[in-house]
Amino acid sequence: MNLEFTPEEQAFREEVRSFIAENYPKHLADFGMREDMSREDFLAWHKILGRKGWSVPAWPTEYGGTGWSPTQRYIWSEENARASTVMPLPFGVSMVGPVIYTFGNAEQKARHLPGIVSGEVWWCQGYSEPGAGSDLASLKTTAVRDGDHYVINGQKTWTTLAQNADWGFFLCRTDPTAKAQEGISFILVDMKTPGVEVKPIKLLDGGYEVNETWLTDVRVPVENLVGQENKGWTYAKFLLAHERSGIAGVARSKRGIEKLREIAANETLDGAPLIKDFDFAKKVSQLEIDLAALEITELRTLAGEQAGKGPGPESSILKIKGTEIQQRLTELTLEAVGTYSAPYMGGVSNDNGSNEHPVGPDYAQHAAATYFNMRKTSIYGGSNEIQRNIITKMILGL
Amino acid sequence: MDFNFTEEQGMVRDGLSRLVREQYDWETRRKAIASGAGWRPEVWAQLAELGILGMPFSEADGGFGGGAIDAMIIMEEFGKGLVIEPFVPTVVCAGGFLKHGGTPAQKEEHIGGIVAGSTVFAFAYAEPKGRFDFADLETTAKKDGAGYVLNGHKAVVIGAPWASHLVLTARTGGERRDRSGVSVFVIAKDSAGITTRDYVTVDGRRASEVYFENVAVGAEALIGAEGEGLALIELVTDEAIAATCAEACGAMKVAHAMTVEYSRQRKQFGVPIGSFQVLQHRMVDMYTAYEQAVSLTYLATLRLGSDEVERKKAVSAAKVGVGQAARLIGQEAVQIHGGNGVTDEYAIGHFFKRLTIFDSEFGNVDHHLKRHVALS
Repeated sequence: MNLEFTPEEQAFREEVRSFIAENYPKHLADFGMREDMSREDFLAWHKILGRKGWSVPAWPTEYGGTGWSPTQRYIWSEENARASTVMPLPFGVSMVGPVIYTFGNAEQKARHLPGIVSGEVWWCQGYSEPGAGSDLASLKTTAVRDGDHYVINGQKTWTTLAQNADWGFFLCRTDPTAKAQEGISFILVDMKTPGVEVKPIKLLDGGYEVNETWLTDVRVPVENLVGQENKGWTYAKFLLAHERSGIAGVARSKRGIEKLREIAANETLDGAPLIKDFDFAKKVSQLEIDLAALEITELRTLAGEQAGKGPGPESSILKIKGTEIQQRLTELTLEAVGTYSAPYMGGVSNDNGSNEHPVGPDYAQHAAATYFNMRKTSIYGGSNEIQRNIITKMILGL
Repeated sequence: MDFNFTEEQGMVRDGLSRLVREQYDWETRRKAIASGAGWRPEVWAQLAELGILGMPFSEADGGFGGGAIDAMIIMEEFGKGLVIEPFVPTVVCAGGFLKHGGTPAQKEEHIGGIVAGSTVFAFAYAEPKGRFDFADLETTAKKDGAGYVLNGHKAVVIGAPWASHLVLTARTGGERRDRSGVSVFVIAKDSAGITTRDYVTVDGRRASEVYFENVAVGAEALIGAEGEGLALIELVTDEAIAATCAEACGAMKVAHAMTVEYSRQRKQFGVPIGSFQVLQHRMVDMYTAYEQAVSLTYLATLRLGSDEVERKKAVSAAKVGVGQAARLIGQEAVQIHGGNGVTDEYAIGHFFKRLTIFDSEFGNVDHHLKRHVALS
């Protein structure tokens, strides 16, 4: 047992750090809110990494993975957090990709995996429905077999960034007579298919990050079914476990605490830097301690995965604690910013075409919007209450 | 980075786990606590025989070449059985002072006895008014010829009734609370001028108030340099905190498992109470707190050899996180056990007591949060 990096790992860190410094697009160095970014901005780093062979580190090497050890993957995420890079989105890389290479057929792998690796194809997730949130298995969207096609009808919601998506993976009911978890299938849908309609949902931070996705008589070839018909729930759960293990965001939160300390050193309270105020500093230290614990918990989980255990129910802990910490971080940042948390620069002032610098310090610009935005984290990916249900069942055995 | 234990460490864990399971059953423990001696010297002898007491000492010092990770494994297993025998005072504290600050003659004189189980130590650092500040000392050691004369009162010295020797802290110079002027001494407990008032602690151990009245010691009793003992005390107590955190982790693991099991057996409204979501989620939060506590204990243990700031931050982080988890798990375990949780008969209440007192040892949550802030 040790926490030291070997000389090889240190050399790897240097290699990664200089690769990021030399290749990361300069104009994305400080990107603020991701709602402001174009499709090309989102994909820029992904495409560069795709060419380098580093876009899907966790995948098996035969499909494009790097074969990195857990420590190397840890270093990789630390260095990206250090540089605040816009990482490849999870929908292809961490969600549908692993489902396709684990459960898909040879043709599906050949057709879909290269586009995820290269960053050419944008995926979105069709899971939740207006009536099926935490109770995902109650979903009502149907896929009815008609010759060589499925005809899909229903409504999905919270479809993140579907406005940019080329493809979506959808959970649809293929056997309406079966019990809730049975009779669901995992189907890939080309988002340009007639009958697919994406309508934006405006969120608290003012951005359009998620959508309603309406499916009306959408005809999808049967070869787009992944795995077996009516076994989609198994793949859906597998996907969620993968999603959860990457969801902790430890390296990003570490960088966030550094930024918080910088802000609090700049803000003043009673004539002294805010960070010198014990009441405030105590809250930052508590957060740092919680994060230090989570970091080791994640490394223990990764070590377990390397020893042959896939991401299991332990990933629910990473999801719960990781999102609690992310939320607390944005909350303390909001507190640190103080008065300048109030101005809303995404509203009227920008709409009149003015190029004036926003009011308040730069670091205050997104504090409130980020705080509002991050409330989603304890709700998505299976709400934190659902994660507790998973731990109850899978770990406590109750 | 590596989170695996070696094969030898696995064997130590298995051996101790068996010993605690087979020979430290609840009734035997209860009887030992109620007995005149208040502990089980025969268990201590067995630990010596198994090499446990010599584990964290180097082979050159007469030990078995282990270190802090071994102490962590040992204390975690002890925590699972609420073992009361004084491993931390004797092996981690006194052993630590000897390892890091002892002269060859002091090591020669004491380590052999610790490893063999014949020398038992207590560490007298706390004082009635000093709270958690190791430098806030009223006990004095005045230079007298080549030696010193000790006067003062040491508070809640855990394991002192069982000890043959003491390590104590005293002021050889400077003002009360100065960082300099603090010294460390090793002394036989039966030295002239030492009196004790022995008592039972709420978590089943024994402790003493120890009074020093004109106790004369020679120069060979001083560990480390005169007046410069504080850095050594901080190092050794950091090691003791890591080991004690491991003990708390062991106790929390069992307290949590007992609670889950109880919720499976106990029926109300015609169903096991473990089927209620309101209790399930509380037991999940206990489990999560436990896992995070284990992680912080690893972190503290693995950072004991790092530079001073990094070491202290990691140790304080652990004492804060494990302290909070211990409070949460102890209280929730009792709550979920209902009325049975507050009886003396059920084991869970005794885990609660140990986890409660854990917070007050070597600085509580508030103290270590403050230290973390000061180092950040």
